[in-house]
Amino acid sequence: MRAHLAKLRFTAAALMVLGAGIVGAARAEDAAVQNCTWCHGSGAQGYTPAPRLAGQRAAYLRSQLLRFRTYGRNAPVARQYMWSAADNLSDGRLRALADYFASLAPRPAMDGNAAQAAPGRAIYQNGLPDENIVACVACHGPDAQGVGAIPRLGGLSYDYLVRRLRDWQAGYNSAGARPMPHIAGNLSPAQIDALASYLSFIGDRDDRAAALAAAAQGRR
Amino acid sequence: MATVPERKRTPAAIAAIAVMAVLLVGAAAPTAFAGPDRSLAAKFAYCQDCHGPDGQGYRGFYPIPRLAGQQVQYIENQLRAFTEHRRKNEIMLNVAHGLHGGMVTELAARFHAAHAPPIGGGPRGLVARGKEIFDSGIPEKNVAACAACHGPGAPGTGEIPRLAGQLYEYVVAKLVNWSKERGQIASQPDTSLIMEPIAHSLTRPEAQAVAAYVSTLR
Repeated sequence: MRAHLAKLRFTAAALMVLGAGIVGAARAEDAAVQNCTWCHGSGAQGYTPAPRLAGQRAAYLRSQLLRFRTYGRNAPVARQYMWSAADNLSDGRLRALADYFASLAPRPAMDGNAAQAAPGRAIYQNGLPDENIVACVACHGPDAQGVGAIPRLGGLSYDYLVRRLRDWQAGYNSAGARPMPHIAGNLSPAQIDALASYLSFIGDRDDRAAALAAAAQGRR
Repeated sequence: MATVPERKRTPAAIAAIAVMAVLLVGAAAPTAFAGPDRSLAAKFAYCQDCHGPDGQGYRGFYPIPRLAGQQVQYIENQLRAFTEHRRKNEIMLNVAHGLHGGMVTELAARFHAAHAPPIGGGPRGLVARGKEIFDSGIPEKNVAACAACHGPGAPGTGEIPRLAGQLYEYVVAKLVNWSKERGQIASQPDTSLIMEPIAHSLTRPEAQAVAAYVSTLR
């Protein structure tokens, strides 16, 4: 009985903490999560034009939600959807949402131009030194998995990846965001097509092999 | 009062105006793709993309080293080591192949002149032990004092690199992997040979301590 009461008291205290704005772990049925998945897909795997959130780096999700909330990320789609979506997020809820979506297993979009996957891979892994284009792998990792606040790119949708790079070229999202605006500025339309195509096919190691095999078949 | 004769706009002048108009519009546009730029400034900006705007280094998926204040001769030597396959690094091999003529010395000089503060982030608790090893070596293992070559405060000189302010993760990774990355052609021994026995003698915690210390130096 005593233990039971203590438990009750603990629950009440936990609820009060929640009421004070510190949010515990988020779950799929939470209203705040559903507010995201209306657009980002019910499984958070992305739904044009909203990018996949599943498996994205938590630190990156936090940094971007902060940039939406402070209007630093200012491309048209961000203004239209994400500014209002992030406006009323408390720091605690922002953190909980980022942790939740980072914990979901990502699936590759595989919607790029299959014939462009090979040239895209070459740019991603080696860069184009003669054109001053750096190798993406240095920061985003050999499987485009990202690290810390550097985003996972593998398996994001072709349209989203193209739009992000073009938005930087058009001067959006640039405040305080080095080095991507400069790097994107060096890419030709064909190079953007190739990179976005390659990245859209990258899953985890097993998925990637299957995706590239499928891409090779599509070429034939 | 003499009148100034009105200049006729020749086709050449009209063409020149048209070219200027195109240039002005181009300049006003944001960073949209304009084709490869072969200038030294563009190459320097390319280096900065990864090594940071002030050459302070960057924590990417791999630690990207600080070049600010680095010795010119050391940078030149390492870029040559990449292209000659004496130092193994796929990314820098490609980068080094894209550098031509006198570019290397110019780029190295620009980074040498940079004075950005260290980006920090190393474990503070290891700094004191690291300083000890750096200044006095490890006598019981006959490990030389780092300061003997790199200088007190780790400024480096000539082909001996500056370590002051270097990224913690980078220094640890180099010390731990020394003989897998450096001196890869046995028939062409280079200065990396000096460090080999030292790197081998250091345990990982000792390497971490030294790395923590140098990462704090300005």
